[in-house]
Amino acid sequence: MDLEFEKPIKEIENKITELKELSIKSKVNFTSEITELEKRCQKQIEEIYSNLTSWQILQIARHPKRPVLQDYIPLIFNNFIELHGDRVYGDDRALIGGFATLDHQKLMLIGHNKGKTVEENVERNFGMAKPEGYRKALRLMKIAEKFNIPIVTFIDTQGAYPGLEAEKRGQAEAIASNLTEMAQIEVPIITLVTGEGGSGGAIGIGVGDVILMLSFSIYSVISPEGCASILWRDAKFAPDAAEALQITAPALLKLKVINEIVKEPIGSAHRNYGETALNIKKCLIKYLQILKSQPVKKLLRRRFELYAQMGNIKSKQGL
Amino acid sequence: MAWFKKTETENRISGELKLDIWTRCPSCESHIYKEEWHNNLNVCPKCNYHDRISCIQRLNLLVDKNTYVELNPDITPIDILHFKDGKGNYKDKIKETIRKTNLNESVITGYGQMNGKKVAIAIMDFRFLGGSLGSGTGQKIFMAANYAVEHHLPYIVISASGGARMQEGMLSLMQMAKTCAGIAQLKKKNLPYISILTDPTSGGVSASYAMIGDVNMAEPGALIAFAGRRVIEQTIKQKLPDNFQTAEYLREHGFIDMIINRKDMKKRICEILEFYQR
Ligand SMILES: [Zn+2]
Repeated sequence: MDLEFEKPIKEIENKITELKELSIKSKVNFTSEITELEKRCQKQIEEIYSNLTSWQILQIARHPKRPVLQDYIPLIFNNFIELHGDRVYGDDRALIGGFATLDHQKLMLIGHNKGKTVEENVERNFGMAKPEGYRKALRLMKIAEKFNIPIVTFIDTQGAYPGLEAEKRGQAEAIASNLTEMAQIEVPIITLVTGEGGSGGAIGIGVGDVILMLSFSIYSVISPEGCASILWRDAKFAPDAAEALQITAPALLKLKVINEIVKEPIGSAHRNYGETALNIKKCLIKYLQILKSQPVKKLLRRRFELYAQMGNIKSKQGL
Repeated sequence: MAWFKKTETENRISGELKLDIWTRCPSCESHIYKEEWHNNLNVCPKCNYHDRISCIQRLNLLVDKNTYVELNPDITPIDILHFKDGKGNYKDKIKETIRKTNLNESVITGYGQMNGKKVAIAIMDFRFLGGSLGSGTGQKIFMAANYAVEHHLPYIVISASGGARMQEGMLSLMQMAKTCAGIAQLKKKNLPYISILTDPTSGGVSASYAMIGDVNMAEPGALIAFAGRRVIEQTIKQKLPDNFQTAEYLREHGFIDMIINRKDMKKRICEILEFYQR
């Protein structure tokens, strides 16, 4: 899939490919021309990516080539021992977790499991978890608490799955329980939005001591399409809704909803998995170090205060 | 997480009835004297349909006369995002809603007595922006939970909400976590928390404080849902059962302890609190 706003980049890239082929065929040396074009391409990418609308950033967050959890695991963690099932109903493939090691730090990794191919996405339900997924996540968090290892969650979902079975098995209760328990879990929790942070399905594993977002990820109370169809009465106003909802990492940093933005390489994560993973790794190590040294009581008090300040409206401060 | 466009009451009032001493039950369509309808707490005397009521009506129904003290009454919504949609500014919408409803937020909170027993209480009102969960709503529910913890009181929350408030963006979503963090303190201190789900309780409210009561009570026929019916139908492309997402459906599937008629609600809450022996 090519993004509309990336067309100028694509054009230069095509020219580079052409020249390279031509130089092989005609045995003429175009090295300097190619270097020049590559420079221009890089500049073009920088320019385009520094002036994106919220709607364009959403397209990047949903880009089919954007790295997903299964790409990050081997790039960031030394090992991953997956744990399966919620012990009640089943094993949700849309939301996975298990023991992982980051450098020398043991931790519990939990994340939405989006796929990149059709087969993967069918198996993993496009990363849209059901109650059993959220309950598995909570079970794993309780293990982390017992084992005294920190929890890291990766968020990447359009939302919790809206289906008959999910409602019947208590999607609302599963998410509500996670929010309540995560406020009290006695080990550090770091949460990172890597792609799309969609509403209740995202926050269902998103309560923590530190909330991070990748530069071109988004986090939203409702999908811009859904918002537009309700407030604009037409889903085609989704780009306007995306802007109004303030879903980008810089906007949410300003609103103090998140603590830090993890930088993506120029041209976003799908152009360089390795560099993205390295930036995530560095940031996780930094915060794990900070949080590890805090006594449990202080950790929980700070977590409580973090949420207390979110939309902290004082009496007589309103309109 | 939308709220619904118009309440049944509004539809009925704007609708076909010529004689305004009569009202028509939206469920069984019986014609009932308005006075009788109100005396019966907006419940149909013929079919037991529970129509929505205001937070003030609910307060009078549950809390002993002259014992209620309101907490944070001045908190109003703030338009932090300077939100504008196809129909106008959120800021204007807030002003208009405050004027129309005579309320400052979608919830009133405070403390008072129920049959002589002191409790902290939060009552939502669907008329205020569809009972949506905004920052002010979350703040009030959170502060009332803190009050309950500080004074060792049971906490009763009556929900009526279409879900998170879109016009406040992510700060609204974060209220789900914030309110649950408040309720978590009650659990830690072993203080009773009773959640009462009324029509409708959906989206971000059902997926946070409304669903985590020690006891979850609902009114008959109340819509209780996470995802909207239409979204689900579009996703799974099959017809849903008639009683899908009703209080009765949720009780059947294990998420509601009991369904209680409006007139019996106070008595039942008090009965349950008597079992609290700490
Ligand atoms: Zn009736």
